[in-house]
Amino acid sequence: MTVTTPRPGAGRRDRIDELAARAGQLSDGDGGESLLRSAVRRLRRNPVAILGAVIVVAFLLVALFAPLLAPRDPYAQSLLSEVRQGSIPGSRDGYLLGVDQLGRDVLSRLLYGSRQSLLIGVVSTVLGAVLGMALGILAGGLGGKVDTVVMRFVDILLSIPGLLMAISISVLLGASQLSLMIAIAVTQVPVFARLLRGSMLVQRDSDYALAARALGVRRRRIVFGHVLPNSLSPVIVQATLSLATAIIEAAALSFLGLGDPDISRPEWGAMLASAQSVLSIRPELAIYPALCIIVVALGFTLLGEALREALDPKFRR
Amino acid sequence: MLRFIVRRLLQLIPILLGLSLLLFAWLRALPGGPAQAALGERATPAKIAEYNETFGLNESIVVQYLKFLGRAVQLDFGTSTRTGRPVLDEFLDRFPGTIELTVAALVFAIVIGIPLGYVAARRHGGVVDNTAIIASLLGVTIPVFFLAYLLRLLFAVQLGWLPGSGRQDVRIDATHITNFYVLDGLLTREFDASWDAVLHLVLPGIALGTIPLAIIVRITRAAVLDVVNEDYVRTANAKGLSTSVVRRRHVVRNALLPVSTTIGLQTGLLLSGAVLTETVFAFGGVGSALRQAISDRDYSLLQGFILILAVVYVLVNLLVDISYGLLDPRVRTR
Repeated sequence: MTVTTPRPGAGRRDRIDELAARAGQLSDGDGGESLLRSAVRRLRRNPVAILGAVIVVAFLLVALFAPLLAPRDPYAQSLLSEVRQGSIPGSRDGYLLGVDQLGRDVLSRLLYGSRQSLLIGVVSTVLGAVLGMALGILAGGLGGKVDTVVMRFVDILLSIPGLLMAISISVLLGASQLSLMIAIAVTQVPVFARLLRGSMLVQRDSDYALAARALGVRRRRIVFGHVLPNSLSPVIVQATLSLATAIIEAAALSFLGLGDPDISRPEWGAMLASAQSVLSIRPELAIYPALCIIVVALGFTLLGEALREALDPKFRR
Repeated sequence: MLRFIVRRLLQLIPILLGLSLLLFAWLRALPGGPAQAALGERATPAKIAEYNETFGLNESIVVQYLKFLGRAVQLDFGTSTRTGRPVLDEFLDRFPGTIELTVAALVFAIVIGIPLGYVAARRHGGVVDNTAIIASLLGVTIPVFFLAYLLRLLFAVQLGWLPGSGRQDVRIDATHITNFYVLDGLLTREFDASWDAVLHLVLPGIALGTIPLAIIVRITRAAVLDVVNEDYVRTANAKGLSTSVVRRRHVVRNALLPVSTTIGLQTGLLLSGAVLTETVFAFGGVGSALRQAISDRDYSLLQGFILILAVVYVLVNLLVDISYGLLDPRVRTR
């Protein structure tokens, strides 16, 4: 497992730049083997990567086949006479993990919940990455005044702690699943922007970009054809790690009452938040969705760390 | 050194201006705008018109922003809709609690994190190392509020070892001078009150400290691994210095530089409102007030608190920066 140790005095901004600069040293060839191929080769030998990938793929399959796997309708409230305030029946025939406070099958809700949670994670990360990359390309590709203006804006966004920013945006947009995703996406935007810009700056000064410029290749072609593709590796790593953060952050916003107002929809964060009120009676109702969140976040984190290691020139051999 | 500090302070200006602009726009973009935010949802149109007149909300947006900025510079952030008190007073009442909680969380994270990270690095690849890595990964993936609830359920509700809510037992009639409850107890020589406040910090401190703990373990481990392979460590070993001297003077000292950077960054984040932890433990700090303001739609309070907290975050990061300028001359020239 690699961790980039921060330089003394490095702020959040400088750390992002540093990650970008590290990854920027990648483009040098390594015995004729392409970067991608050598990365894949090392990923396949890395048990951490395999574990992460297995977890992620398993959850994706569950999300995909939830209707086939779920034993019951996740919305249906069974009229079990024992379900009342102060007592919620546990596991029994047909209800492997028991029912929740409204008599709904917990297992089915967990299985269906993977769809919502992964959806929130993926959509918000993709949205954040796309917006951030657009800013990054503007700044890194055009440079000069555009770079200064865009990066000042990005620095302002970075100066607001993530959760506070997500709260402000959720409050502004009103509680809904879409605003939840937008709120999380916006917290990711500055990170992606700064990362891609830093990475592009390194590539822009590289020999091949210089050669292309000397040959009279147009700037747009250099940026999109050469510099951008070579700058993407730290962005990919960050996106994988951000998926984990996004899922955890969605749970936190749900807990603060800023999540999906449709509480019947199965989603891990909302399940976890609503189970807090019955925690002393049936702690499992909180523990199951929490475990799902932890495991899937762990999967993405392991995969992201392994990717970073595989793409880091320090570890190429 | 002075030039370095002045330069850093100047860099703050655009960030602070941008922040104020964002939050100004935020309040205006809210449904109903600032009048509704200040008067509450049941305000009549007549009241809203009156409010707009009094507070100059009918003027041009530029003039409004400049006035907002002028008030913010004088630390006037308006009044809370719910309590009717100035937002700044609300903040100052609660911030000491959040500072105490931050200190508790950091103490927990540092006291466990640095030794654990160091041992993990010394036993690189061993059982301790792998356990530390897995634990630190779990630390960053576990939702904070869930961990907080578990700790509270186990140690406060079921075992009853530690208090699980508030900052101090309500039965204690303590005098509060500074609103730092631990400090107040010491100042007034009410040591019971002080000790009780410390006990109230244990569970929330652990919950809040987990993420910094996980990060500190990983950074310490990585930093020690980086440093032991440095030439100067080899030189120190080669010239016959005893292992303990090499470790103490060369390895630990250099490894702690990146760790202290991390601690600085985390401090800013923790101070910026432990919304989740404070909510679970009903801890009377800034975070639980934010949570309350969300459900009350107390927008003036939200705006003021978020603005102040963002400024605190920026300032703490600046202080961290400057302190490195003092520690490490290389930083100043950048």
